[in-house]
Amino acid sequence: MEAGIVSYGAYVPRHRITPTEIGRVWGVDGEAMGLGLNVRRKSVPAPDEDTITISTEALRTALVRGAIDPQQIGALYVGSESHPYAVKPSATVVAQAVGATPNLTAADFEFACKAGTAAIQTCLGLVGAGMIRYGVAIGADTSQGAPGDALEYSASAGGAAFVIGKERVICRVERTTSYTTDTPDFWRREGQRYPSHGGRFTGEPAYFRHVTECAHRIMEASGTTPKDYQHVVFHQPNGKFPQRVGKQLGFTDPQMRYGLVTPAIGNTYSAAALIGLANVLDHAHPGERILMVGYGSGAGSDAFDLETTDAIASFEKGYGRPVEYYLENGVELSYAMYAKFRGKIHMGGE
Amino acid sequence: MSVARFWRETPRRYNLGGSKCTMCGTVYFPPRAVCPECTSHRQSIEKMVPYQLSGEGEVISYTIVHDAAEGFEMQVPYALGLVKTPEGPVLTGQIVDIEPETVAIGLKVRATFRKLREEGASGVIHYGYKFTPLDESGILPSARGPAAPAPAKDAPGPERTST
Repeated sequence: MEAGIVSYGAYVPRHRITPTEIGRVWGVDGEAMGLGLNVRRKSVPAPDEDTITISTEALRTALVRGAIDPQQIGALYVGSESHPYAVKPSATVVAQAVGATPNLTAADFEFACKAGTAAIQTCLGLVGAGMIRYGVAIGADTSQGAPGDALEYSASAGGAAFVIGKERVICRVERTTSYTTDTPDFWRREGQRYPSHGGRFTGEPAYFRHVTECAHRIMEASGTTPKDYQHVVFHQPNGKFPQRVGKQLGFTDPQMRYGLVTPAIGNTYSAAALIGLANVLDHAHPGERILMVGYGSGAGSDAFDLETTDAIASFEKGYGRPVEYYLENGVELSYAMYAKFRGKIHMGGE
Repeated sequence: MSVARFWRETPRRYNLGGSKCTMCGTVYFPPRAVCPECTSHRQSIEKMVPYQLSGEGEVISYTIVHDAAEGFEMQVPYALGLVKTPEGPVLTGQIVDIEPETVAIGLKVRATFRKLREEGASGVIHYGYKFTPLDESGILPSARGPAAPAPAKDAPGPERTST
């Protein structure tokens, strides 16, 4: 494939909360919960942050790093399951905020946790066909779990933006493959505040089946085995699932080292695999092969067979914070402050 | 605020879009149609061009808000600063991602994109600039000087002490 990743940027809000603190409120052993999920902390957006602001921060970083003229962006897609508006695109605000309007196409994507990878595929198609010069794919979320629900221990906030083009490609996309079925493992109905899920049903028939099937298909098509990859990134709803699926597929811990970020920031949903990929690219040298397999409930997987180019050696990484900064830093909140930040306190009225 | 009024202001709120007088070079934010600095104001008419601020600046004064305006109640106490930009204009904006008590005059900041307010649960959401502390990662590549030569491997760094 001629089109590839030209630039990228990631953003994670400043605040964190620990599973121990969440468990303290609900009378649950939060520490054990965190260990079980392999989540040490999760990020929490400030009251003035949402999917649109997070997407904008990530994309502004990507545009500066890649020295990309925003007027050359021909398509901009924001993948999220927490778009601030039910009707009115996040993508138009982001496009305006980075100076990309008006000569572009824009839309919001939703496919649970894989809307961002679906946006990358769309951009690859448009760039590959020569219809646009640069396409922007963003995965960003400020997800919520119902208070006390297992999801509350992991659902967090963050975003990553990828610029797809044919010039100055830092990471080639050799191939992309998808695996999609109708599997009701996780959903949120119109007007509902919190999502619902099928409990254990989200495991074997949903995440594991789609990720492994998709990974097998792309490696078969590329004629590769796990040994051919320096790095692997999976969708990471918690820290455990990607570790287990990686082992099942035959990947080792060193291959997963940079791609696994959920233990330190929680599940950023549409951004989860993409922030993992951003962390891999932060550390990658030229000529390294990367396998990324996203997953979205409902359900589907998008896999990408990637390889870094010589251009990554001179890529401007000094601007914008590396993913590692977000993994290591953050200000911890009490549950009370977290509840206030996330609008979980009933203020009267309505 | 009406939807139309806010919409008219999006170029400046989203992108710090100001204006520059091509006669004397003075930069204005918010943008002006006439340059009051030029001796003959009339001459500057139609000589003003759009000009986007870089977003960087320095806090020259600030206050800590405890009694917030409507829509900001969830964020008290927060810092509201006067930020002097290198281009000239002084901007007023909230300073986020910092404990308010650590804000100080001289603090280097950069513009960030945040939610300003919501018109209730069903109204429009207003976005715009606020300021966040500037660290090395926020300095634009164009604003950096040429890369300093890497120190020799054997040179003792300042953090090294002989034991």
